[in-house]
Amino acid sequence: MVEAGRSPNIEIISNADLLALDGKPGKFTATVQVRPRYIDAEACTACGLCTKYCPRHLVDSYNEGLAITRPIHIDYPQAVPATYYIDPSACLFLQHGTCQICVPVCRSRAIDFSQKPTDRKLAVGAVIMAPGFGRVPEEALTKYGYGKHQDVVTSIEFERLLNPSGPFKGEVRCISDQRHPHKIAFIQCVGSRDLGCDNGYCSSVCCMYAIKEAMVAKEHDPECEITIYYMDMRTQGKEFDAAQKRAEEHFGIKFVRAKVADVTPWDKGLKLTYATMDGSHGFTGYDMVVLSVGLDAPTDASKLANIGGFDLNSYDFCKTTTFAPLESSNPGVYVAGAFQGPKDIPESVTQASAVAGIATGMLRNQRGKGVILKSYPAENVAEGEVPRIGVWICHCGINISGVVDVPKVTDYAGEMADVVYFSDSLYSCSQDAQETIKEKIKEHKLNRVVIAACSPRTHEPLFQETLKDAGLNRSLFEMVNIRDHCSWVHANEPEAATRKSMDLVRMGVAKARHIKPLPEQTVPVTKSALIIGGGVAGMTAALTLADQGFPCTVVERQDKLGGQLQQMLYTLPGDDVPTFLKNLIDKVKKNKLIEVLTSAELVSTEGFVGNFASVVKVTRGKDIVEHTIDHGVILVATGGRPHTPEKVLGQELPKSDRIVTQQALEAQLAGKGKNRAPGSVVMIQCAGSRGDDLAYCSKTCCNEAVKNALKIKEINPAAQVIVLYREMRTYGYAEDAYRQAREQGVLFVPYTMDNKPLFSDKGKGVKVSYHDPILREDVELAPELLVLSVGLVPESTEELSKMLKIPVTADKFFLEAHVKLRPVELPVAGIFLAGLAHAPKPLDEIIVQAQAAAAKAAIPLVRGKVEVEPIVSHVDQDTCIGCGICVSLCPFQAIQMHKIDNKRKAETIAASCKACGICAAHCPTFAISMGGFTNEQINAQIHAFGLIEE
Amino acid sequence: MAQAQDKKTGAVMVVGGGVAGVQTALDLTELGFYVYLVEKSAAVGGAMAQLDKTFPTNDCSL
Ligand SMILES: Cc1cc2nc3c(=O)[nH]c(=O)nc-3n(C[C@H](O)[C@H](O)[C@H](O)COP(=O)(O)OP(=O)(O)OC[C@H]3O[C@@H](n4cnc5c(N)ncnc54)[C@H](O)[C@@H]3O)c2cc1C
Ligand code: SF4
Ligand code: SF4
Repeated sequence: MVEAGRSPNIEIISNADLLALDGKPGKFTATVQVRPRYIDAEACTACGLCTKYCPRHLVDSYNEGLAITRPIHIDYPQAVPATYYIDPSACLFLQHGTCQICVPVCRSRAIDFSQKPTDRKLAVGAVIMAPGFGRVPEEALTKYGYGKHQDVVTSIEFERLLNPSGPFKGEVRCISDQRHPHKIAFIQCVGSRDLGCDNGYCSSVCCMYAIKEAMVAKEHDPECEITIYYMDMRTQGKEFDAAQKRAEEHFGIKFVRAKVADVTPWDKGLKLTYATMDGSHGFTGYDMVVLSVGLDAPTDASKLANIGGFDLNSYDFCKTTTFAPLESSNPGVYVAGAFQGPKDIPESVTQASAVAGIATGMLRNQRGKGVILKSYPAENVAEGEVPRIGVWICHCGINISGVVDVPKVTDYAGEMADVVYFSDSLYSCSQDAQETIKEKIKEHKLNRVVIAACSPRTHEPLFQETLKDAGLNRSLFEMVNIRDHCSWVHANEPEAATRKSMDLVRMGVAKARHIKPLPEQTVPVTKSALIIGGGVAGMTAALTLADQGFPCTVVERQDKLGGQLQQMLYTLPGDDVPTFLKNLIDKVKKNKLIEVLTSAELVSTEGFVGNFASVVKVTRGKDIVEHTIDHGVILVATGGRPHTPEKVLGQELPKSDRIVTQQALEAQLAGKGKNRAPGSVVMIQCAGSRGDDLAYCSKTCCNEAVKNALKIKEINPAAQVIVLYREMRTYGYAEDAYRQAREQGVLFVPYTMDNKPLFSDKGKGVKVSYHDPILREDVELAPELLVLSVGLVPESTEELSKMLKIPVTADKFFLEAHVKLRPVELPVAGIFLAGLAHAPKPLDEIIVQAQAAAAKAAIPLVRGKVEVEPIVSHVDQDTCIGCGICVSLCPFQAIQMHKIDNKRKAETIAASCKACGICAAHCPTFAISMGGFTNEQINAQIHAFGLIEE
Repeated sequence: MAQAQDKKTGAVMVVGGGVAGVQTALDLTELGFYVYLVEKSAAVGGAMAQLDKTFPTNDCSL
């Protein structure tokens, strides 16, 4: 957020409404009305005095109405922009012409009641709609007693209760009498999968967030009993099933498959009545009931659609197609995030990158014409200056200070030698904290900064940017992680956590005394890409990059493009896949910027972001030709394939041609044969997935099953189709098809791993016996076809993982750099990821992911250069004896030997070095030091640790 | 009272400043464009700013 607030190329126009949009792609004019804040944003210092004086109470909507604020306020301390505002609907002056107490209170004279709404006209080439999601209708909530009983809360309210900046400062308490709840129930699918409130779809995120909220609540209070009432646990995302398992096994959270009938008052608490699958009823008492509310369309969706000139789907989300998931019906107007359909953060972030890629591809001739280049003040610290250290200790709201005694640590820091400035900070990552840091650096001529807060992984770049803004080299910064290392891991030992924080801060300061400015280095970039894999992901990525104006080479192992999609004939919504695929292949082949190498395989890759050189082996009949290709980035889209399980549900299957996969059934159904739709079919879900053979959920097979079941019913309405499943994971709009299948008589029968279907021989066929919990009976059938939903496995990721030094998960999918914030990047700079090689997912998600990976890959190509982290290794030529140990050990080929004055000397190739430090650790003469982690610095840290004062 | 037209070319408008809008804006600038990020409420962040910790990584949502 702060990053957006400080970019010179993003103007945040908040408190504003889009009124009109005219023009065409490449040339729109948008009219935006900015509502008055009644506070001059430039002058406001966000001191908060006005809120203290304002006499009027206002229900705090940021805290979901669980707390009270004032009409003049800021939603939360890290808000961007960090300016207070006045809510006109509650302000005494704006409503009744009285009061105005705040005006003289504000020392910066920022309050200005004369502000009027202003209209602005913006000339833009494209428009991206990302208005998110809205709230589910009241009636979905009131049916569970919401509004009547205070301790029935929504999951969003529950998030606020869990949050340290929330109404009870992070303590979960009942709203009614503030007692700590001992028993909490979650009700799933509130306002989702419910035609009663016109929301037939599944919101896709609530199962996972309920698990998260339950686990966090358990961390707050391990004694609390938590039960989740659900229809299907839809944890189909990457590694989400593992999270559910942890919730169950480690945290003891109970999962009950039942429909909740109602919630009524009972003694001091609440009584929850439910009906299980077999029709039996039960009830249990709870202190608090959390409603897992779904994501609805934004309330003003239709207004926005009118202004933007695009269509909505039947649920009022933006209407798009499987093949162009981010394009609205109005060209030049795109969509991303939850407004495209309910989705979680990783997917919203992926869509965001993708939409940025396609919009800028359309506008590529305008690139660079509107941007302002950011410049930094000259760096003014020379080496060898006496250290003047500034230390900030962050409260992180109460995330740190709830455990660690922050004032004590701050005072302690103040006593250390060379510390000339020290302070605590409520949220050191907030925008105004950055301003303060800059000011103090200047005021006290600081030349080293130590911040004790959270993880450098997420926040170091932010603070380093602040240093640069203040004219300091960004290496003159040291971050101490007292959140993860102290307040989190020692949550129950506040004193020890405080002592450890003091130790860590002392060590940080000791190191800071020895840190030196490190030179920034940049290397030029070869402006082209290598794409490994010519399936739908690889081809989509190639076209997206070509639209940006960058050439690429697609390497495909098979003798033709298309990959797995060649086996897909139609999608669940009924799209014609073969035609789409044919057009896609044609477009790729015709594009002059795309070179396609089929029957080709990557042999080796050397180099680093911006400067890779790869050898590709191409087989042409009997000849094998090797191509060497120079390129700046790599995009991995090697895909996957259907799994071939050896055993299904722990059993050897009888040999029979009546047992087929969904894919084979699909081919059969798409054919012309008269009897292609069998009269009786049993489908087995999770055959091989979810702990059977593969540990994970393959995400796509529930949709496939419903798709094929509907197709069978379409061709042969009399057919008996039985789907044996553990959980139907028809998330999102696929829920509609699932409902339709049930309406058409497809029978969905759940099984559990304790009571699995059994298979046996029956003549040429196969017999299935299973327990039907609805009928409470054991059933035996000999269907015409037994169809296996076999799941997906990644294609040869291990080979590539070794070649490109990119990690894979335990399930052999590639592991992205950060699941939530960098979902299409791999940890090695310059390598990007899309498609089944990342995780199983359906076609529309693959297309989006490929567009996103291509957009991210285009960034270094657009810049034309890459910055090298200055923390690379450095060889001191005088001490180096030329033994070459470092060269043999470096996993990244980042050290080479040179002859200098006839002596062998090692030298680092800065751009290849990943700063792992292996070389430095092995050099027999200590000739290698790591920038930012020199022996001197580390020794100083270790010595400082030894100095335990007591 | 419409103000003078801003930037003639090379700009994109993003409507909505939640995690999707903000990430779009950041990537647009990285790809060489100027961005107007239009947000209805007083601050950007959307729903994510209200969440405590978010799956799958459980770090803070800002
Ligand atoms: C209780 C709960 C818990 C969740 N927990 C998680 C989790 O742990 N992990 C996870 O990955 N996901 C979680 N989610 C889902 C997550 O919130 C969404 O994926 C994400 O917020 C979607 O981002 P967005 O930017 O599309 O929408 P939003 O966050 O809704 O942002 C939309 C923004 O657009 C603005 N806006 C709306 N209309 C207009 C307009 N007309 N003009 C201008 N601006 C407008 C809004 O004010 C808002 O700032 C959770 C959801 C809920 C409800
Ligand atoms: S099944 Fe879908 S709608 Fe129901 S709680 Fe789970 S994710 Fe939400
Ligand atoms: S059938 Fe496939 S998508 Fe459905 S739950 Fe099992 S593994 Fe997941």
